Amino acid sequence: MSERLAIGPGALNVERLSSALDEGGADGAVVTFLGLVRNHNAGRRVLYLEYEAYEPLAVKSFERIAEEIRARWPSARLALHHRVGRLEIGEASIAIVARSPHRADAYAACRYAIERVKQISPIWKREFFEGGDVWIEGATADPDDELARAHAERAACV
Amino acid sequence: MRVTVRVFARLRDIVGSPEIVRDAAPGATVRGVWHDLAAEFPELVKYERSISAAINAEYTRMDRVIGDGDEVAFLPPVSGG
Repeated sequence: MSERLAIGPGALNVERLSSALDEGGADGAVVTFLGLVRNHNAGRRVLYLEYEAYEPLAVKSFERIAEEIRARWPSARLALHHRVGRLEIGEASIAIVARSPHRADAYAACRYAIERVKQISPIWKREFFEGGDVWIEGATADPDDELARAHAERAACV
Repeated sequence: MRVTVRVFARLRDIVGSPEIVRDAAPGATVRGVWHDLAAEFPELVKYERSISAAINAEYTRMDRVIGDGDEVAFLPPVSGG
């Protein structure tokens, strides 16, 4: 598994992700994103989440997202780790680091990456709330859906 | 021929197992495997229009022909991040 792109139960470490992208001091910007487990969703009081993934395909989806970023923002590079298993309120489920010589590309690449993960990475969260639990179902994953990709790019460039 | 079918999240709950092995006719497509599975587990039918599929951990279209020993995966709408 790549040091930069990975999924598993282990804790996230943004510093390590950022170091893995260092290319000898050429970068002027590091943008990081941490996705946290929230204590409320859709009017429910959330107790904790459980994440599950099709891990080999998830890593391939991260590689695809990194490739898309290389094509769209050639100066930016991506590192991304996602967790699986039970996560408590306030814990981070995903860490994304984008680095570039310039901040605009690093910001755009980081935002693009989280939008694309939500579109095409085979990962699911099960929400345990007061009184029950439910699988959260978002987007039908289709990496070749150009409309979805363009939507992620627009979100990244506002 | 034999295929390994993997299912995730809500689909896994419906099937009752993350992985099952089933027979498939030569020339069978991913869609054919899905239809056999949905016949066995009717609660799956409502996912027909929202699933994605993969063969051997690569996304695939439903009309792809499968081979002996392939791992076919069915994925409900994703919710990572």
